[in-house]
Amino acid sequence: MSKYTMHILVCGGTGCISAQSNEIVEQLMFHINEANMSEEVQVLKTGCFGFCEKGPVVKILPDNTFYVQVTPEDAEELVKEHIVKGRKVERLLYVDPTTEEVVSDSKHMDFYKKQMRVALRNCGFIDPDNIEEYIARDGYAALGMALGMTQQEVIDEVKKSGLRGRGGGGFPTGLKWEFAYKNKADQKYVVCNADEGDPGAFMDRSILEGDPHSVVEAMAICGYAIGATKGLVYIRAEYPLAIKRLEKAINDAREYGLLGKDILGSGLEFDIEIKFGAGAFVCGEETALIHSMEGMRGEPTTKPPFPAESGYWEKPTNVNNVETFANIPVIFLKGADWFASIGTEKSKGTKVFALAGKINNVGLIEVPMGITLREVIYDIGGGIKDGKKFKAVQTGGPSGGCLTEKDLDTPIDFDNLLAKGSMMGSGGMIVMDEDNCMPAVAKFYLEFTEEESCGKCTPCRVGTKRLLELLEKITHGKGTMEDVDVLRELSQVIKDTALCGLGQTAPNPILSTLDVFYDEYIAHIKDKKCPAGECSALLQYIINDKCIGCTACARVCPVNCITGTVKQMHVVDQEKCIKCGACMDKCKFKAIIKQ
Amino acid sequence: MSELKITIDGKETMVAKGATILEAAKAVGVHIPTLCHLDLHDTKMVNQAASCRICVVEVDGRRNLAPACATPVTDGMVVNTRSVKVLNARKVVLELLLSDHPKDCLVCEKSGRCELQDVAVKFGVREIRIGKDGAQSTYPVDESKAIVRDMDKCIMCRRCETMCNKVQTVGALSGINRGFNAVVSTAFEADLLDSVCTHCGQCVAVCPTGALCEKEHAWDVVRHLADPDKVVVVQTAPAVRAALGEEFGMEAGTLVTGKMVAALRALGFNYVFDTDFAADVTIMEEGAELIDRLTRFQTGDTSVRLPILTSCCPAWVNFIESQFPDLLDIPSTARSPQQMFGAIAKNYFAEKYNIPREKMVVVSIMPCLAKKYEASRPEFNNDVDLSISTRELAHLIKRANIDFNNLPEEDFDNPLGESTGASVIFGTTGGVIEAATRTAYEILTGETLEKVDFEALRGFDGVRSATVKVGDMDLNIGIAHGLGNARELLEEIQNGNPRNFHAIEIMACPGGCIGGGGQPYHHGDSEILKKRQAAIYTEDRNKPIRKSHENPFVKELYANYFGKPMSHKAHDLLHTHYEAKDRV
Repeated sequence: MSKYTMHILVCGGTGCISAQSNEIVEQLMFHINEANMSEEVQVLKTGCFGFCEKGPVVKILPDNTFYVQVTPEDAEELVKEHIVKGRKVERLLYVDPTTEEVVSDSKHMDFYKKQMRVALRNCGFIDPDNIEEYIARDGYAALGMALGMTQQEVIDEVKKSGLRGRGGGGFPTGLKWEFAYKNKADQKYVVCNADEGDPGAFMDRSILEGDPHSVVEAMAICGYAIGATKGLVYIRAEYPLAIKRLEKAINDAREYGLLGKDILGSGLEFDIEIKFGAGAFVCGEETALIHSMEGMRGEPTTKPPFPAESGYWEKPTNVNNVETFANIPVIFLKGADWFASIGTEKSKGTKVFALAGKINNVGLIEVPMGITLREVIYDIGGGIKDGKKFKAVQTGGPSGGCLTEKDLDTPIDFDNLLAKGSMMGSGGMIVMDEDNCMPAVAKFYLEFTEEESCGKCTPCRVGTKRLLELLEKITHGKGTMEDVDVLRELSQVIKDTALCGLGQTAPNPILSTLDVFYDEYIAHIKDKKCPAGECSALLQYIINDKCIGCTACARVCPVNCITGTVKQMHVVDQEKCIKCGACMDKCKFKAIIKQ
Repeated sequence: MSELKITIDGKETMVAKGATILEAAKAVGVHIPTLCHLDLHDTKMVNQAASCRICVVEVDGRRNLAPACATPVTDGMVVNTRSVKVLNARKVVLELLLSDHPKDCLVCEKSGRCELQDVAVKFGVREIRIGKDGAQSTYPVDESKAIVRDMDKCIMCRRCETMCNKVQTVGALSGINRGFNAVVSTAFEADLLDSVCTHCGQCVAVCPTGALCEKEHAWDVVRHLADPDKVVVVQTAPAVRAALGEEFGMEAGTLVTGKMVAALRALGFNYVFDTDFAADVTIMEEGAELIDRLTRFQTGDTSVRLPILTSCCPAWVNFIESQFPDLLDIPSTARSPQQMFGAIAKNYFAEKYNIPREKMVVVSIMPCLAKKYEASRPEFNNDVDLSISTRELAHLIKRANIDFNNLPEEDFDNPLGESTGASVIFGTTGGVIEAATRTAYEILTGETLEKVDFEALRGFDGVRSATVKVGDMDLNIGIAHGLGNARELLEEIQNGNPRNFHAIEIMACPGGCIGGGGQPYHHGDSEILKKRQAAIYTEDRNKPIRKSHENPFVKELYANYFGKPMSHKAHDLLHTHYEAKDRV
C-alpha cells in the first residue's frame, strides 16, 4: 500500500453490491483516472463495513471519512471535491439520528465506538481478493507460529484462549480440537461450517466475503493441530460472492505455498475443498452437514458418536463455524491471554451479531462478550426506529427466545442468554417494538422451523407442525385456553425429546413469549383481540368521520367491500373485508384505522 | 471385555462396554418400549435411527431425555425409565405419532401385529389431545404385484429404508421431502414396479405398522375354491410348515406339515401338493446343469461359465437382472420350484388326470412376497395363478373356522406331494446347494453317499464358503443370504472369481425362505429364524428319502414325461431366461 497516499474503500458486501457498489467502484476509478491520480489514490472493494442501514458505504483513508448511501452518480463529486480539493462532501456524511450532528470520522460514530473487531478485523479494510493485503496485515503469520509449536501446544493455546464455538452451541473449541487430535486414524478432516441459515443472519457470509483468508489460515492451523490433511468448507450455494472469494483465496493460498504439500517448508500437508449445500437449515447441524457432504440426505444422527470420533466418511472430523475459525489467527498473533482478557468469565472474546428489526442502525456488529443488550440496542443500534417503544429482542435466530426490558442490562454471553431462555445462536439479533405481536412472532419462527425440520424424529416432524397449528389457531382468534396448556406441554416435551438442536430449540420462541407475554396470548383467545394490532384476522378496518367521501378507498378495494356515495362517509363491510390494508394505504385523510 | 456399572430404576447392574441403555435395561427386566429400533441379531439388520423417541429415558446429569436405543452406557450412569417426566414425554410423543396416523385399525392388515398399536395399548392411550383437527399426511397408495405401500401409516422409523439400502443394498427406498411432509419413497416417487425393488418383502417384514403390507390374494383363492367348475391345486413351499404354527400361538420352530395339509384339504383344495416335489425336480435340472458345466470345465472347455448360481429365489433373480446385467449368463436357467410346479401341474398332471388347463387353478403358499411377482411374469403363462403368503394362509384358515391346533395330521396327495429331505432344506440358507451336492455327488462319483449331512454348508453367517470333496474333485461352494451379502459374492465374481467358486447359492432373505417377507412377523427376534431353521433340518432328518434323485415320483416323471434332465421338453417347461432390467 506504500505508494498510495490515499485509499478509497468501497463496501463490497452482498448488500452494498446489490445497491450498486460495483458501479460506484467503476465510477470512482474512472474519475480518479480522469484526474490523473491513479498513481496516488487506490480504489478498493472491501468486505462488509457492517453499517448496512446506510449502505453503500465509502470510506476514505487516511482521514477515515465515512460516506453513506453513496450512489454511482456521487463518484464524480467525491473525487473532484474530496480527493482533488480536499473538501468533504457534506451531504454524503453520516448524520447522527439522535444528536442530528454530522459525523465525518467513523471512529466517532456511535455505531463503531463500542464495537471491537476481532473476527471482522479485516472486513472493510482490505481487498479480500488480494492475498498480499491479507499478508500485509500479518496474514498467515499465525500459521507460521503454529507450525513452530507442537500439535498439543497449538491445542493448548486455543484452550487457554477460552474460545467457544460461534455457531450456536458454544462448545469450547480447544477441547473439540483435542478430541479430534486424540482419535487416531489414517485420515482426519477439518470442516468449516458455512451453512449459515438463520433468517436475517449474515455474519459468516460477511467474513467469507470480507476476509476469506482468515478462515483458510485457521483451517490450516486446525489441520496441523488435529493431524488432518484435508479441509472442507460446507457453504450454501446461495452465497455466490462468498464462494467466489473463498475459491480465489484457496487458489491463491495454494499458489503461495500456504496450502498443499509442504506448507511453508514444514512438511505439513493440508488442502481445502469447497462443498456446496442446498440451503437446508438443518444442515448447519454438524452431523446433518456431514451426511449432506457425503451425498446423503441432510439429516442429523444421534450423538455419540461425535464427529471427532466418527465424522466425514466415519473418520475423525473437527467441525467449526466460520466465525470461530476467523478468531483463530488472532489468538496466535496476540496471544491466548490477550483473547481471554476480553469478555466474561466463561465467554471469551467477541461476538458478531446481525442487528435487524425495528432498530435504527441495522447492520453487522462485533462486540466484546459481556456487553449489555442495552448498549447494543441503544448505543450501537441507535435505539428503536421512529421513536417507538422497545418491546423485545430475539436472539439466537429461530431457535432462540425473546428477551425483554428486564433483560436489557444482562451482560451478553453464552450462559446468561441460555439462563434467560434464549441462546447465543449464531448471532442473529432482531429487535421488536410495540407494534410486534408476540404470538405472531412465535408463529413466524415456528413457520420457519416447521418448514426446515428434516422430518426425521417424531417430536420435530409432527410436533412443530402441531405447535404451528396451535399458534395459527390462536392468532386467528380461534384458540382455547386448553390450547395454551397443550402449547406449553408440547413445547416442553419437544425440547426434551427432539433428536437434534433444531427440534430441541424450536419451541424456544413459544416458551419465552408465553411466560412474559402471557396476557397477549390470553387477549387473542378470550377477547379475540391482537393488542399489538398485527394479527390481521383479529383486526377490523374502520372508516371514521375524517372521511370526506373521496371514494379512493372504495376504488382500490379488491373485493369491493367499501360502500358509500361521493362526499359521504364510507363504510367497510366487515364480512367481506379480506384485511389487505389497501384502503388504509390509499386514504390521504387518515380516515381509515385498524383496530 | 470391560464392564460398566449402570443403575436403572434403582436396580444396579454391570454391562459390557458398548451396550446401549435399552440392552442394559432388558438385562434387569426393564422393557423400554421401542418403535423405530430393530436389531435382528446375526444379520446386518440394525436400525438405530433413534427417530421415534418412544424409548426416551431420564439420565442423571443430562439436560434432555436420552433415546435408550442409541445411547451407550457410561460408567456410573443412573437411568430412570418411568419418571413422570419420561412417562409424560412418551405419552406426548405417542400422541404426536397417533395424531398423524389413520385411525382405521379395525381394517388394517397389521391390526393385532402392529407395533404402534401395541405401544398405544400398553400405554393405555385414551385420548389424542394433540393435533385433533390438525393436518394429516396423505399419499397415494402404491400397489405392486407383491407389496402395498400406504404411506399414510408410515411413522418414519426408517426400518424399511435400512433394510432396503444397508442390508439388501437394493436402494429402492429413501426418505424424501422435509418436515411434516417427510416420508419414505422411491426415486422420483415412482411405483415400486417401476423401481429397482426386488419385491423381496423384507421391508414388509420389518415395518412396524401397516404402511408396508403384502398385496392380498387370499380372497381370490376363496372365490376359486367356491367355484365348482374349478380344480384348485395347491402347493406349499418348504419354509411354510416351519412357521405357520406361530400364527396359531405355537412355539417358533414347531413343524405343522400334517396339520397344514389337513387345513388345506378342509379349505376345499382339490389336490394338496407340495412345492418340495418341484424342488426335487429343480435339483434334477440344476444339478444336471452343474454337472454339465463342471464336466465341460474339467475337459478344458474355456467357454463354460462358472460358478453356477442358484435361481430358486425370485427376489434374487430380480436383483441380478437390475443390478448385475453383465452376469446374467451365470445363474442356472432352471425355473424356481414354484414355477416348475406350476408347469408340471398344468401340463404333466393336467394331461395325466385329464383336467383342462382353463379349469385348473394353481395356488402356491409361499413364505415370500416376490413369488407373487414371479407368478405374474409373462414368460410363465400363469402356470401359477395365485401366490399367497404364510400369513395369508393363516387368515384363510382362521376365516374358515378351522381349529388348526387340534387338527389331526394328514399326508399330501400324490403324485406331486411326494418329496425328499433334500427338497425340504430348500427352505433355509445353504439348503439348495446341499441338496444339489447330495445328488451331484452320487451322479459324478457313481458312489452312494452315506452321510448326506453337509454340515459345512449350514449355518447363519451371511456369507459362507466351503470346499466339498466330490470324488477327486474339490467343489468350491459359496453361500449368501441377504442381497447385500449376495452383492459381495457377485462383485467377487466380477473381479475374476479369485476363490474359484464352482457353485453359489443365493437367497434374498435373512436365513433364506424361513425369513421370507411372507412369513409370520418376527418383530426383530432372530431366534425365531434360527428355530425355524432347526425345524427344517429336523424335517429333513425324519424323511425316509433324503436325495432328490431318489424321489420315486420324480423318477416316474422323468421316465414317463421329460425323458431326462435338460431334455428338450424339460427346457420348454422347466427352464427360463433372464433379461436386464434398467430401473431406478
